[in-house]
Amino acid sequence: MTLLALRGISREVGLPDGGVLPILTRVDLEVAAGEHVAIVGRSGSGKSTLLNILGLLDSPTGGEYLLDGEPTGALRARRRARLRGEVFGFVFQQFNLLPRRTAEENVAAPLLYARGRDYLRRRRTARELLDRVGLGARADIVPERLSGGEQQRVAIARALVRSPRVVLADEPTGALDVETGAQVMALLAEAAAEGGAALVTITHDLNVARLADRRYRLDAGRLTPLAEPAPTAVVPAPAAAPLEEALP
Amino acid sequence: MIPVLATLAEAWSEVRVHRARVVLSLVGVFLAVFAMTTVTALGLLVAQVQQEQGERMGGRSATIGVTAYDPQTGMPPDPQEWDAAVADLTERYGITTTASIGYEETRFRLPGGTQAVQTKRVSPSYGQLHRVEPIEGRWLREGDRDSLAPAVVVNEAFLAALGVPDLSARPTVVIGGGDPVRAVVVGVVREGYGEELLAYRVDRSAGPWDAPGVADPSAMAFGPSTLELWVRPEQADEVMAVVSHDLGLALGGVQVDAYRSDSQGLEETLGMLRLAIRGAGVVVLVLGGLGVLNIGLVTVRQRIREIGVRRSFGATSSRVFSAIMLESVCATFLAGLAAVALSVVLVRNLPLDQLLNSGIPLAETPAFPVAAAVEGLVAATAVGALAGLLPAVIAVRARVIDAIRF
Ligand SMILES: Nc1ncnc2c1ncn2[C@@H]1O[C@H](COP(=O)(O)OP(=O)(O)O)[C@@H](O)[C@H]1O
Ligand SMILES: [Mg+2]
Repeated sequence: MTLLALRGISREVGLPDGGVLPILTRVDLEVAAGEHVAIVGRSGSGKSTLLNILGLLDSPTGGEYLLDGEPTGALRARRRARLRGEVFGFVFQQFNLLPRRTAEENVAAPLLYARGRDYLRRRRTARELLDRVGLGARADIVPERLSGGEQQRVAIARALVRSPRVVLADEPTGALDVETGAQVMALLAEAAAEGGAALVTITHDLNVARLADRRYRLDAGRLTPLAEPAPTAVVPAPAAAPLEEALP
Repeated sequence: MIPVLATLAEAWSEVRVHRARVVLSLVGVFLAVFAMTTVTALGLLVAQVQQEQGERMGGRSATIGVTAYDPQTGMPPDPQEWDAAVADLTERYGITTTASIGYEETRFRLPGGTQAVQTKRVSPSYGQLHRVEPIEGRWLREGDRDSLAPAVVVNEAFLAALGVPDLSARPTVVIGGGDPVRAVVVGVVREGYGEELLAYRVDRSAGPWDAPGVADPSAMAFGPSTLELWVRPEQADEVMAVVSHDLGLALGGVQVDAYRSDSQGLEETLGMLRLAIRGAGVVVLVLGGLGVLNIGLVTVRQRIREIGVRRSFGATSSRVFSAIMLESVCATFLAGLAAVALSVVLVRNLPLDQLLNSGIPLAETPAFPVAAAVEGLVAATAVGALAGLLPAVIAVRARVIDAIRF
């Protein structure tokens, strides 16, 4: 069964002058378990809004969002929060690590909202995840003393610490240089696959998008499938023709 | 259980991480709790000391003093008649504790020569009624009536005049007069001003040195013997009324006066004092709380992003709320704890006898009042809860997507 299904999702915001600004317009999207989907689009095209809706951080103003086939529209705030913590892991462009908390504390933080064994074993689990992203030796370092690439690896470990079924990554390489970004993205894709989590990545970077099973393009709030890329042989050059137009 | 633990862990980690800010915001609370606890503690100690002093003088609440004498001769009533009438009275009104007090001068042969010492002749129950706490040895007891050597309880000045440091050598002292007798010093009390010597002996004892039932006319020179009745405070007025009447009837022709002997009104005075002190403390505490609130409001804005991130972990509104609340409470509780600790150290090291008891050493140095300490902690915690409320509401209302947007 489809894990996530957006059916004609719209999101509008009211403007101070009484008008209405559409951010997303009739978006349809399905994500199956374990799948990797990439969404590319210009800045301001509504990518983050779409991801926030997927992650139950935001609610659509129109359409239907099914999670495991269940409509999410009528869920109470408490249930939404719980589902968010259990089903999703988030990776942000700006890492959003908790300042002055060690890498281990950061990775363990989502488990503060878990129950039972998950909560009680949180430190050990955090260590395991840090090992998995190759930062086992830096568990006691605070984010302020980590490089951007390391910070994002901590964030990836944190996103995976509750074994989510979907990882939502909002421009995960956006604040990193090209090379580091590629490494981090490879790690993210691999770690998500290893954990059996679906991965929805939002990106500017076509090389990043190439790692995905399916690609979409968001343009002024409308989502359209992206034509198949050229054969993967052309990897290093971001000049592959059909993707060109998706670049901001 | 887990959510509670987890929320506590989260709050604690916040306090730890933002140590400098937390410490800064807590200075006000610390000072307020310190001042309030110290002043309350001192207030309670003053009250305790006052009460002890009052009880030693006039007996516990409610003590009714009864005096009786023949208006014609000024002599006390016949002891046997008197005892019978009193026994009848106490039985009728269910009065369980009574004590008699008479005053006399006893001539003690001390190393510096014979000295007339003001002596109270009391029943052993006097100790209970006046909460006498010997600092050494023991108080008088029923058995002392029958012992061959009279027992005396003396004050420290008496012991010094006797030339002995303490009771370890079982000191004795000779009571002079027509028929000298060697008395045993059984206890020491801390009483009297300066060099004044004081002694206690049992009242009409049955020993060979003091014929039973013989009233010493010279005793009257120091005031009439008094009977003290210990009754429940609400009983006091009724008992006073009937005592004069009933005893007067039973001992035809004898003048009987009954009066309230324990100090009253002290409670109210001290209550007012405590209330005023507490009021001042509360004002200071409110000011400290405003400081915490202010810093809490400033920092909650900076922390909106972090709260948004925690929302993405699945934090519910109630978790966000209680985490901020608990953080505030945790912090002020610790400040309160530190303040109370400092207050305890200070109060315990103050020369309380100099400050509270006009230089007379206190019979027992009162412990730091637990009530004041608990009150300080509760107040600090309450201030933390109040000051955390507004930031917590702001944190809950912050829109998550705005919080994590960059
Ligand atoms: N609450 C809001 N009020 C007004 N405008 C908003 C609001 N949320 C988003 N927008 C606007 O919607 C557009 C899409 O935002 P976003 O989803 O963050 O785009 P992206 O992530 O693709 O850059 C932007 O122009 C943004 O300014
Ligand atoms: Mg965005």
